[in-house]
Amino acid sequence: MNEYTYPILLGILVGTSVRMFMLRTDDRQYPTYLHGKIIHVSLGFIAAALGTIAVPSIMEKEFTAVTFLALAASQFREVRNMERNTLSEMDAFELVPRGNTYIEGIAIAFESRNYLVIFTSFSVTLAYLAFNIWAGVGVAIACFLLCAKYMSGFKLEDIVEIDKSPLHFEGAGLYVDNIYIMNIGLPERQEEILKYGMGFILTPKHFKVRSTIANLGQRQAILHDVSVSLGVFRDSGTPALVPLIKRDLNDGRIGVFILPQLQDPDRAKQVIANVPVLENAIKKPAKRYGGRNV
Amino acid sequence: MMLEKVVLAIITTRKEKVSGSTSVFVCDTTEEMEAVAANLEAILDGIAHALSKELYIIVKH
Repeated sequence: MNEYTYPILLGILVGTSVRMFMLRTDDRQYPTYLHGKIIHVSLGFIAAALGTIAVPSIMEKEFTAVTFLALAASQFREVRNMERNTLSEMDAFELVPRGNTYIEGIAIAFESRNYLVIFTSFSVTLAYLAFNIWAGVGVAIACFLLCAKYMSGFKLEDIVEIDKSPLHFEGAGLYVDNIYIMNIGLPERQEEILKYGMGFILTPKHFKVRSTIANLGQRQAILHDVSVSLGVFRDSGTPALVPLIKRDLNDGRIGVFILPQLQDPDRAKQVIANVPVLENAIKKPAKRYGGRNV
Repeated sequence: MMLEKVVLAIITTRKEKVSGSTSVFVCDTTEEMEAVAANLEAILDGIAHALSKELYIIVKH
């Protein structure tokens, strides 16, 4: 026991708790089960330890200890690779895949959350050592609030209007409103689609979000989330029964065609509204024109 | 080898409308054509698309 024991313990405790707090899961997310969680809590613990120990090292004039943080960076980049590989491997066996853009977004989130843990532990220990335990606790609370605020980004409901729209066939062509989805030849499949299918029209609220919802990865994310939450009326060997999203080239609206097992339009609308806007799909065309909304 | 965007079979009631190297299934009635298309869809893991009332193609996407 020395003067650094309690500050280090507090830093590690807060850092690990922040990681656990950011590991909240629902049925859309990964990891869903215990072993995946243990991996991330353990890595969070390591991140917390690295962030915490940097402070007393500097105070003891052991400046080389900071190089450990570089080690941490490469370690957590590896976490991102691990997540990307695991999810890509599993994606081939999903009835409605997540898509690479969604996977990359999840992998980035895992990496960045470990850095948030390092930052939290570093700040808490620094506050404890520089002032007192109450300053440490104060910084811990501030970090929790910051993480809660910045943990999740925009949701689809922030950028689009969602309206239910009936499906209809013109000849063999399936349409949602006036947006052509696909050609379904067999009358029997057409009946199944009219019975189980559901259509939604997503209208962009601003011109600038058109390219975001047009992104193929973003569209796949919508289909995946809806299929996971409401089930999907399809199986391997029934390629005609595939949820799809197509775009109206005239005004940038997108037509969502889904085949949910749970026939509840309100719930489907709610699920679509809560789909995250993927970081990699966000484009900011307005910036190109000096911030003017075009 | 994965095939993509390939016409795997043609099912028709009017033989004179089609030719080429793809397998062609000639049927007598529309009902027969639909039944053959439904079977082929399941067997070939492709989608049956209707180009006209007399012509279906099975496409692997």
